[in-house]
Amino acid sequence: MTLVMGGVAYDPKVVTIWDGFRTWLRGQGLDFDHVLYSHYERQVEDLVAGHIHAAWNSPLAWLRTERLAAARGRAVRSAVMRDTDQDLTSVVVVRADSPVRSLADLTGRTVGVGAVDSPQSTLIPLSFLRRSGVDELRVRRFDVGVGLHGDHIGGERDAARALVAGEVDAACMIDGNHLLFGQEGTLPAGSTRVLGQTGVYDHCTMAIMDTAPADEADLFVRLLESMTYADPQVRPLLDLEGLKQWVPGRTTGFGALARAVDETGFYDPAGAVTAREYVP
Amino acid sequence: MIDEPRPGAPLDLGHLGFEQGAHLLVRRALRAVEVGGRVTVTGGDPALGVHLRAWARGEGHGFAAVPDRSATWELVRGSGESDRWAGAERAGGPGPDGIVARPPARWGLAARGALVEAGGPDSRFDLDDRDVVWADLAPRLYAHAAAAQWDPATAVDWTAARDVPADVEAAVVQVMTYLVENEQAALVVPAGLLARVHPHFREVQQLLAVQAADEARHVEVFTRRALLHGGQMGTSSAGGRSSLATLLAEPDFSLASFLLSVLGEGSFLSLLGFLERHAPDPVTAQVTRLARVDEARHVAFGVAHLEHQSRVDPSLRGKLRGAIERRHDALADTAGLNADVFDSLVVLAAGAWTPAAIARGHAAVQELHHAMDDGRRQRLSRLGFPPDEAAELSALHTRNFM
Repeated sequence: MTLVMGGVAYDPKVVTIWDGFRTWLRGQGLDFDHVLYSHYERQVEDLVAGHIHAAWNSPLAWLRTERLAAARGRAVRSAVMRDTDQDLTSVVVVRADSPVRSLADLTGRTVGVGAVDSPQSTLIPLSFLRRSGVDELRVRRFDVGVGLHGDHIGGERDAARALVAGEVDAACMIDGNHLLFGQEGTLPAGSTRVLGQTGVYDHCTMAIMDTAPADEADLFVRLLESMTYADPQVRPLLDLEGLKQWVPGRTTGFGALARAVDETGFYDPAGAVTAREYVP
Repeated sequence: MIDEPRPGAPLDLGHLGFEQGAHLLVRRALRAVEVGGRVTVTGGDPALGVHLRAWARGEGHGFAAVPDRSATWELVRGSGESDRWAGAERAGGPGPDGIVARPPARWGLAARGALVEAGGPDSRFDLDDRDVVWADLAPRLYAHAAAAQWDPATAVDWTAARDVPADVEAAVVQVMTYLVENEQAALVVPAGLLARVHPHFREVQQLLAVQAADEARHVEVFTRRALLHGGQMGTSSAGGRSSLATLLAEPDFSLASFLLSVLGEGSFLSLLGFLERHAPDPVTAQVTRLARVDEARHVAFGVAHLEHQSRVDPSLRGKLRGAIERRHDALADTAGLNADVFDSLVVLAAGAWTPAAIARGHAAVQELHHAMDDGRRQRLSRLGFPPDEAAELSALHTRNFM
């Protein structure tokens, strides 16, 4: 039976990546195909409805899948992750010359964040700020690629630009993008100061439903985990997808995001989309 | 220069941050330990912890903050870098002594001697056999060719124009027109071969590139000489172009360079010498002399290459013979040399319109034919043809000279 996986085409390179993986997986004896979606919500709904067996999910999509599946009496597992998906952090950044010295000093000020559905630059850091006791925070959102759950980093970059331009007092972004924006010059060297850093959390995961053909699903996971960076055939694909190796999936790293989702009512406990101003 | 990092020694970055290149020092320290080895990093850049974590994750290294110590982190070297270069190989050696007989397509555009990462596209350079393209003389010829490049703007004294009788000037214009046509063919042939030679044989590519550049210059100076006195270009015959078209159609590297360089350009050496000798003005003499020096180099490479190949391939002479015969047969029904060109050569050598002068000019052109034939036979002999066969094959060479 064909194992069908969903992926979200947040960038043209996604076609290259999954076409390449498809060719490789089929070459290893797995009857595999993929379907590309324009946003995560439909992918999640199709996964839980059994239209596809697996989905390369954002962390937010993982949470919704888990809730929708539970509400229907079904089970989903976090089967495999990239090594780069584990133990990420986000940072709250201010201009180097800002009078803001502590998170509490942000009270009454404006913070720039990414898209409404970005786990790393909106949901998790705003939850972190709330839990750090920052009151009366004004939030300026940069809604780029809504529905892509922050995979498109345009919103984070716009927030960083707004920080440099003095339009916001602070900006939130994933640690890796703070490094990237510094290297590419979006944040000129020495122009910003890290005010706070969230705890570690996990990012994307391969969600596999219990409706998937069991043998194919197991083979799929085994094959992904067998991919080695030393193999010149798959290395370019791993480079494109941003990993050195696939590691066993886990669910322990989604707590911070789950809290943020519950605090804001982004999804209800049964997995319905309840976020205001969210139109994927 | 900083000392080699002591394996596993703590790395103090001072106040250097990742926005200023800190990753270079971190990577260097990690390279000094085995995969799985640990490096402790410390530093004063406020964002260092954030950036170290993100950088290490992206590079596949382990990361942890050292408990009880501020601004100190521990990295564990991952296998990403060693995995990437696991199947890498050297693409021969950088010098001519590092050339391999059959460079694989996977080396592609990699510099000779480079460490080539496994994977990547296979190149489509079909001329990938050392014996098919190489000549030991190639590096020296290239160095000579690069040093011998001249600037058409300054190497020729374009103001040295002299009054040339109208008839003789028309003859010069016609011959120049014919030369341009031939040089264009001589430009396209090496350029086409160049694009097919495996870059591993870079000296051959370089030589062909300079050869094409030579021809480009010749096209320029001959055109400029033709138009020097305000006239129009001369005629181009169908037969002349048919002859050149057969040169362009030869796909085999050795046969193409044989027909072009050894036979064609070889004959042109005599022609250009003839034109310099009988030039009615200094500019004509200069441009034909400069071109002849370049052409001599092209002929030298062609002969050297084929000498090399005839030593390793006993069947080569049969192939060369076949190429001459095929070209002759293909051109049997064409008119060969542009009659306007032949007549112009006579007029140039005559220099005047008296019967005696024309007879002199005609005799000179006959001598030119003999000189071309002699040169071809000598070069064919160097490639191992016995004298009678060399004479027979030389006689089959196109009447278009090139």
